[in-house]
Amino acid sequence: MDMKIINLDYLSANPLLPEVQDAMIEAIRENHGNPSSQHGMGEKALKALTNARESVAKLLNSSIPEEIIFTSGGTESINHAVKGVAHSQSKKGKHIVTSNIEHSAVLRSIKRLHMMGYKVTSVPVDESGRVNPEAVAKAITDETILVSIMHSNNEIGTIQPIEEIGRITKEKKVIFHTDAVASVGVVPIDVQKLGVDLLSFASNNFYGPAGVGGLYIRKGTPIWPLLEGGVQESNKRAGTENLIGIIGTGVAADLARRDMESRIAHVSKVKDKLLRELPNYIDDYFINGHPKHTLPNMVSVSIQYIEGESVVLMLDDEGIAVSTRSACAAGSLRASHVLLSVGRDYADAQGTMVLTFGVDNEEEDVTKFLSSLKEAVKTLRQISPLYPLS
Amino acid sequence: MTMYSKTVMDHFRSPRNVGVIENAGGMGEIGNPLCGDMMTIYLKIENEKIEDIKFQTFGCGAAIAVSSMLTEMAKGKSIEEAKKISNKDVAEALEGLPKNKLHCSNLGADALHLAIKDYEDKKAGKKKPDDKRKEQHEHVDGDACHCPYCDSEIADGATLCTACQSEIEVQH
Repeated sequence: MDMKIINLDYLSANPLLPEVQDAMIEAIRENHGNPSSQHGMGEKALKALTNARESVAKLLNSSIPEEIIFTSGGTESINHAVKGVAHSQSKKGKHIVTSNIEHSAVLRSIKRLHMMGYKVTSVPVDESGRVNPEAVAKAITDETILVSIMHSNNEIGTIQPIEEIGRITKEKKVIFHTDAVASVGVVPIDVQKLGVDLLSFASNNFYGPAGVGGLYIRKGTPIWPLLEGGVQESNKRAGTENLIGIIGTGVAADLARRDMESRIAHVSKVKDKLLRELPNYIDDYFINGHPKHTLPNMVSVSIQYIEGESVVLMLDDEGIAVSTRSACAAGSLRASHVLLSVGRDYADAQGTMVLTFGVDNEEEDVTKFLSSLKEAVKTLRQISPLYPLS
Repeated sequence: MTMYSKTVMDHFRSPRNVGVIENAGGMGEIGNPLCGDMMTIYLKIENEKIEDIKFQTFGCGAAIAVSSMLTEMAKGKSIEEAKKISNKDVAEALEGLPKNKLHCSNLGADALHLAIKDYEDKKAGKKKPDDKRKEQHEHVDGDACHCPYCDSEIADGATLCTACQSEIEVQH
């Protein structure tokens, strides 16, 4: 089985770039020590930690590196932002505004707060998956302490009008968090331009290691720690730092900044080819998301009359890795809330695949994928009772 | 994909008895709106024996394998023997199914029993009460519902999961 695997599922697991691997292996071999120690080894560790923080700050265009804290990944960053702000502001108010298509880390953090007595307004999205900033403005009350709207959606790729929402929250003096996990390292992110107070990201979305992420916290933003203990990360995140992972993250951030334009051009070429040629291979499908305000590395397609997990299994046999948003895929047994929010019905939501592209993809991968997809769809539709045969 | 047994993958890759029987003696449709699986079983019955059986399925790998295995198990059996086939038997013949699929995708025997009932009703001259696709599956083996968030067992129709405290929309 020496088949070249075609990876169209970068979002699930980015490979580590060679430069990132080298930096991490070197760090493992050198024993960097603990950044909190006062001896020489600790000093070296602190230097490495500071360097990585500066690299990430540059990627996000923050001029104050201490505005970045490192965490165990996107999920922790989001939990920290949402719960940390809500708890610190509970005397001021208990109302949170969010959207209908947030990642489950946001949804469930807010759900937990709701169980504790916080009120929640969830703003709907249009068919392209976009939030109307006016709706956010209307949802904000005197009680509102936090707005949390994602930068881009991890299932359909739609990019939200964060700048406009940022202007509204600034004017109304409400703290604004954006989950930018699917965006950071993929598209340019500028915290000054966006006007956000908090921004969550994960290293493995830009070829850094899994298990590392971070939270941008604008200076002066009131927030309680999620993890209590030592005084690491400016007293905002206790626990000995995952220095090896953080070093890898710093290198990955430098590379993302350096290669941003060429990476966007590369994945856009793959995406454009796929969208252009798809109608030559299959019919009866929907492309989800916004045609313009969208991630350049993602395509979400709902194929009618078939179920996504079956397609994943068939493509896997052909050495092609894709991801499905079908509820039948391992784990969740519910149709995706995102797809239902943008108007897909239950059956069409079941037939949805999320394709994400990266540095190793070539245009011929698209051709191979489309041929295999055509066969899989044909086979599954022959079995399907939903397919109108004649 | 390592979540499925070899037998499941074999039936998924080469499903047996796919198709439709025109003017079927019995037809059974079942669907689970929560996760979207839908199955239709067609029977050709002669001398109270299943002479031929075909299926159509919209669903995941497990659902397709379950349908295929069920048709193999039922083919050639008498009506009375076929009635005894349970969802559990099908799962066992497939060398097991992942836990979260046992409930959701393992509807083959239910569809078969509906098809047999349809045959018996027709024979007795009863009119089919409702031609529409069934939106609810019956818990014939006492299968429990599972929380869509944490996959813990919950009471049928429960609106709150006792394990993870999630609110659950009851959709069936």
